[in-house]
Amino acid sequence: MSRSRPALAASPTSPLDHHVLPWLLAVALATAGPHAAHLPIWLSVLFVTALLWRAWIWRRRVLLPPRWLLALLILGTTSGIGWQFRSLFGKDAGVAMLVVFMALKPLETRSRRDALMIIMLGFFLLLTHYFYSQSIPTGLWLLAACTLLTATLIRLHGGGPSIPETLRHAGLLMLQALPFMLILYLLFPRVSGPLWGLPQDAYSGLSGLSHEMAPGSISNLIQSGAIAFRSQFAGEVPEKAELYWRGPVFDEYDGMTWRARKRPPGEPPGQPVIEASGPGHAYTTILEPHNERWLLALDLPMRLPADSALAPTFEVLAREPVRVRSRFSFVSSVDYHANRAETPETLRESLAVPADINPRARALANTWRGQSTAAVAETVLHMFREQDFRYTLRPPLLGAHPVDEFLFETRRGFCEHYASAFVFLMRAAGVPARVVAGYQGGEINPIDGYLIVRQSDAHAWAEIWVANEGWTRVDPTAAVAPSRIEQGITAALPAGEPLPGIIRLDAGWLRGLRHRWEATNNAWNQWVLGYNPQRQREVLSRIGVPDPDWRQMAALLAALCALTLLLVAVWARPPRRREDPVELAWRRYCSRLARLGLGRAEWEGPLDFAERVAREEPRLAAVTGEAARCYAELRYGRNGADQLARLRRCLRELPSYRRKTF
Amino acid sequence: MRVLAVLQRWLFRLGHDDHLPIVLGQRRIFIVPTAAGLLFAIVLLVMLVGAINYSLSLGHALVFLLGGLGLVGMVHSFLNLHGLRLTPGRVQPVFAGDVASFALDVENVRPQARRALEFAFAGQAMVTLDLAPASRATVAVPFVTSRRGLIEPGRVTLTTRYPLGLFRAWSYPQPAWCCVVYPKPLRTPLPVATGGTPADDRHGTSGRDDFAGLRTREPGDPTRHVAWKAVARRSDDQELLVKQFSGALRDELWLDWERTPARLGIEERLSILAGWVLTADEQQARYGLILPGLRIDPGQGGVHRGSCLRALALHEQKQTRVGG
Repeated sequence: MSRSRPALAASPTSPLDHHVLPWLLAVALATAGPHAAHLPIWLSVLFVTALLWRAWIWRRRVLLPPRWLLALLILGTTSGIGWQFRSLFGKDAGVAMLVVFMALKPLETRSRRDALMIIMLGFFLLLTHYFYSQSIPTGLWLLAACTLLTATLIRLHGGGPSIPETLRHAGLLMLQALPFMLILYLLFPRVSGPLWGLPQDAYSGLSGLSHEMAPGSISNLIQSGAIAFRSQFAGEVPEKAELYWRGPVFDEYDGMTWRARKRPPGEPPGQPVIEASGPGHAYTTILEPHNERWLLALDLPMRLPADSALAPTFEVLAREPVRVRSRFSFVSSVDYHANRAETPETLRESLAVPADINPRARALANTWRGQSTAAVAETVLHMFREQDFRYTLRPPLLGAHPVDEFLFETRRGFCEHYASAFVFLMRAAGVPARVVAGYQGGEINPIDGYLIVRQSDAHAWAEIWVANEGWTRVDPTAAVAPSRIEQGITAALPAGEPLPGIIRLDAGWLRGLRHRWEATNNAWNQWVLGYNPQRQREVLSRIGVPDPDWRQMAALLAALCALTLLLVAVWARPPRRREDPVELAWRRYCSRLARLGLGRAEWEGPLDFAERVAREEPRLAAVTGEAARCYAELRYGRNGADQLARLRRCLRELPSYRRKTF
Repeated sequence: MRVLAVLQRWLFRLGHDDHLPIVLGQRRIFIVPTAAGLLFAIVLLVMLVGAINYSLSLGHALVFLLGGLGLVGMVHSFLNLHGLRLTPGRVQPVFAGDVASFALDVENVRPQARRALEFAFAGQAMVTLDLAPASRATVAVPFVTSRRGLIEPGRVTLTTRYPLGLFRAWSYPQPAWCCVVYPKPLRTPLPVATGGTPADDRHGTSGRDDFAGLRTREPGDPTRHVAWKAVARRSDDQELLVKQFSGALRDELWLDWERTPARLGIEERLSILAGWVLTADEQQARYGLILPGLRIDPGQGGVHRGSCLRALALHEQKQTRVGG
């Protein structure tokens, strides 16, 4: 392998080795390729075309396209992106621009400096994938991509032509870099982001309940098998039928959409008063980011996490929208009275219905006026139960009088139809009522004991205010499809309804596999992704650095990094070559003579040297002659048994004092 | 300035390396980030800010991994040079203006390969070497000569950016190396053979192929002129005898300084003499050289040619030190 090649002085602008280009194309593909999942299709087509074009140029060794053509391409795609994303500076538009650069840069890559730019761009593109996913597969993929980038760097700076060898070397370097990553990950002072305002679309793509309930909004959510949050109970998990996780409360209806009422400025806020009985359930929720403030506590919370407050309608609100996966600890009781004394304004608003729609429903409700609240509610539930109401995710479309059409014509719907119709009837009959959105139920993962609540568990139910009881939950869906509440959505829906495969899984081993996978993800989320400033403080105090300031942290960090660097250097350094004992003894002999002023020149053979020593210092003639003879015989002659021992004896006999003391 | 020079001398250990082989220890390997390394650091910084801003945990991990990679790359760049053993080899004389090749034997005793080792004298072209594990190879480090004389090229810069190109490690081995540079030959017609010089007129004028007698062999006499029969007859195996031909005697040339145009400068006159030496050697003439204060008796062959050219190279020259 030893080869030497003459070259001009190394310069970054020297032309690129022909065989490096495929590496660069692989880098482009590995770093930008996965973005195709969320880029407009025309960009992906452009990307692939540009890479294929470059590969063709490489293979045919033809000229690169002229600069003006590339400039034109950049201009065209930039305006295309501006048109598509309505901006050039948002998160998505920025990623799209990076992908375009990655697609076009190889088309003007001539020198090593250009290649370096591609690699640096690649490193940066790796980071952008985390905007969209930080799952385990993404992490593994990016680790592989990182190795590829490293291998390309090695190839670019004089690595050999063997692909496996280069990749192996890159893998070795990555392996040695891992300890640094661990140390820095644990100890690098963490700052809670964001450092400045983020672009508008920074948190797009987060799903969850919305601020209003329009027809179809919840059924869309139910299609998703994504996890909304996970909860871990300290004690026993309450009955499934008790697991109502409260999201936004809607108390204003315009005939089509339910919304949360905006309180006019003068009105005093109502005080939420909860009288809970029973021990309460303590639990911790790991909430997926949904970019809203509600924290989805179990009805109804007795103790709240820090930095949160209870709204007048009993939902727990964080101070800021939840934008990263976060942990919250609650204590909730399922046995409670809520606001036995409600403000008159709230009660009055909870009776409002639009004047001119749903006349039949209103007429029906009018006949119940004067009955007790409980009797009215029971009448409606009885109606849902006894008449031909069906639970389905594919209801017929409703027109201008949705409650009328639903109650008297279609009778097909799911939770939002039932909750909406129920509350409308209640209000029309003079009972204060409102719609509550949230999640219902959940599934215990037997692997790690977490209760998993998915978007498909999204639900809407009703709350009526009963004198002396306060706000009381009524779930009209339970009247129609009791299995929805007791067993979950898959049991309630007839076969053939559109549901994501993941929540349909029934086969035992598949379900077990899914549990295992989700438990792994949960651990990953908590210990890797959820490592925030607070977790860092916990870890540091556990290793004996409680409440460190940044100077201590920096010192610790530097010390550990230096230590690791040393270890890596020692590891990478080879074992010292075992020295030949004959050579060693002879060299020692000569160096001792050199200290006596009789240095052996490089070119002097042992016997010549001995002759010269004999001339210059006759007293050492005998011993040096013996030593040189032994060495020469060992080196060049027949190997006797005792020459080495004799050589060593000579070494011992040699006086170690300086020459002038002779 | 003097402080700086002293500092440089101390830091870079200027001065010859007398102990051979030259072993590159940590004391004599220097390392700094390259432009690419600085760019890498800036990219990492931007990525770190991005990861903090968007609270990307894996983004932090990625940045830290790449930071670690940079550090590891530094160690490996250093180790790519560390422990190399360098032994200077012989340097063939060249003519001024030609490229002198300074042979350097590079030994890798480690069980790892070394790659992309770049050797260059200051301001000169470089040569790249890859070394297999536990192997040795010889590089010829080029040096473009400009003047005749005995030149010392100074220190070699041994550089590597391998493996990642983020750091540049280098060392300044400075073997006691020198190269004889002959004057650049200027081809002009040979001076007319005078059939003897003012100093010597014992040679006859007989024809080229006429046997003129025997004499003891001198270095540089062609082997085919050895009188093997005469040698075989002699009982004692003393020196060899060569046949002398009167033609060669007639062609005996004196390349005399005085016969070069006096109006030219020293260098030009030496160049003309060098050209004569080459031409005479090609014509297989016996020739001698006369320089002010130096006289080389007539002779023939490669060794004679070399000593003549060497005399021209060193004429009125002290050792010149070219490199830094």
